Amino acid sequence: MEPLLLYGATLLTLAGIYAALTLGLNLQWGLTGLMNFGALGFVAAGAYTSALLTAPPSAMHVGGFGWPWFLAWPLAALAGALLALPIGAISLRLRTDYLAMATIGIAEIVRLVARNEDWLTGGPLGITGIPRPFESLGQPWGPVAFLLLVGAVVALLYAMAEATARSPFGRTLRAIRDDEEAAKAAGRNPAAFRLQAFMLGAACMGLAGAMLAHFFKFMGPDALDPVTATFLVWVMLIAGGSGSNRGAILGAVAIWAVWAATDWLAAQLPGELATRAAYVRLFMIGLALQLILLYRPQGLLGTGR
Amino acid sequence: MLEVINFYLIPGLVLGSIYALAAAGLSLAYGVLRFANFAHGELMTFGAYAALVAVGLLGISPWAAVPFAIAATIPVILLADRAFFAPLRRAQPAVLLISSFGVALMIRAVVYFVWGPTPQGYARGFTPPLLWEGLRIQPRHLYILAGALAAAFLVHLLLSRSRAGRAMRAMADDPDLARITGVPVDGVIRLTWAVSAALAAVAGVFLAIDTELSPMLGFNVVLAAFAAAILGGIGRPWGAALGGLLLGVAEELSTYPWIGEGPLLEPAYKTGVAFAVLVLVLIFRPQGLFRGMN
Repeated sequence: MEPLLLYGATLLTLAGIYAALTLGLNLQWGLTGLMNFGALGFVAAGAYTSALLTAPPSAMHVGGFGWPWFLAWPLAALAGALLALPIGAISLRLRTDYLAMATIGIAEIVRLVARNEDWLTGGPLGITGIPRPFESLGQPWGPVAFLLLVGAVVALLYAMAEATARSPFGRTLRAIRDDEEAAKAAGRNPAAFRLQAFMLGAACMGLAGAMLAHFFKFMGPDALDPVTATFLVWVMLIAGGSGSNRGAILGAVAIWAVWAATDWLAAQLPGELATRAAYVRLFMIGLALQLILLYRPQGLLGTGR
Repeated sequence: MLEVINFYLIPGLVLGSIYALAAAGLSLAYGVLRFANFAHGELMTFGAYAALVAVGLLGISPWAAVPFAIAATIPVILLADRAFFAPLRRAQPAVLLISSFGVALMIRAVVYFVWGPTPQGYARGFTPPLLWEGLRIQPRHLYILAGALAAAFLVHLLLSRSRAGRAMRAMADDPDLARITGVPVDGVIRLTWAVSAALAAVAGVFLAIDTELSPMLGFNVVLAAFAAAILGGIGRPWGAALGGLLLGVAEELSTYPWIGEGPLLEPAYKTGVAFAVLVLVLIFRPQGLFRGMN
């Protein structure tokens, strides 16, 4: 019973972290039409911020300040938003595809910095000893309590995203997304609104990054991979239905379930086949995205508004 | 001075001509299809591995395998266009962009599946550099420069002299006008993809000859190719080629110890130059450096 409980808690915790990421992307793409292909960069900003603030002191990297998580997580969200500020200020007034390239670029730069600036990030060895909240409760209640914490954060983000979508601010964002000229004529400044939405989404991603770092108890340049940290999130949002916050959460949980199940299936295969099965899975996830775009472009739950 | 030329300028021009080929193909496809094809890097990778197969099966040199790489890469993008892009032709460019990202993942998965994650090379061995008046250049670098020039010349002939090339330019300038004046739209789109994929394959093989084959070969330079295409004004293949050359040279020169003892920029950050240039262009000249040239 206990291994099953632990396995379930692990899967659901990761699904919750993905839900936070997908909610962030939905604020940017679903609500505002901003194409962010660099979620990894904002996740890394939040993950490293929280890791450095909470880890015990170490000679391998700056700090290790031993802060409690509840002080570090808000700063992780802030780090995501602050990284989004310059990149957004530069590229949000430009076309969609330019933003996509700029965000891929920032994600790659963040990875380069994480790998090469040993004094700051511990370089390829990363940061170890990141405390996981509630670990003192032992097995299995520690992981379950952490899962509940992640669930509470996702619920909070969902409430915030819903409130944003319903507020005059959210209405303005949709107006800008759908008809920028009309929004301008109504006296709105699209650039400022876009920038705020972009930073808000990036803050969600930073927070997701912090939760990920505390869940792994480790953060390093190889812990994040563009396929799982960026691309999978897009598939989740499009599968769930971009524009809908409930769709974003549903997409995250459903696609994560498929991803984890196929991972488990692949692991049952002998040696060489198991590695190859991982590539088949990569192919299938690309194909799934295509099929959704072709046959159900509105996603499982349709476009919310 | 010779040191700068031998170890920075010449490798910069070689890298730049590879960027130029990749960026020209990207820009050409953008001009006609009106979306940024994120699978372009994976087309490069696929072309490079297709050449590896030809090298292994026929025992030829990688240079002679270039036509095989082209022949293998063109059907990949035509298939992707038929299955995924064509039904979305009327959708927003953003949807096509996401779709091309999916195609990139699918091609990458195939490369990983068939050839595995371990880096490989076409051939082992060391060829001495050619020396002339203190200049030294690797034979492979000379061939890459010559090959890139030849490819650029062929594309130029196609675009400027042939009926098909004129139709492509007409589509790029004004798709609706081209359509009503009887340009065979579907044929032009297929031709555009073919030329774009051919350029990607050549760039991929050249890059793999200069470095090594790995499944991330093309993805690692696709951002530079995008930067070059934007630098040259996206949709203009010549601008993209010039942008690629500039970027390659800038990337190599950035590691020269211009100030003080150490390199100006740590070599580990060399790939960041493309991004820095991209950002600067986006701020100051989003229309590209060579606006008004064609």
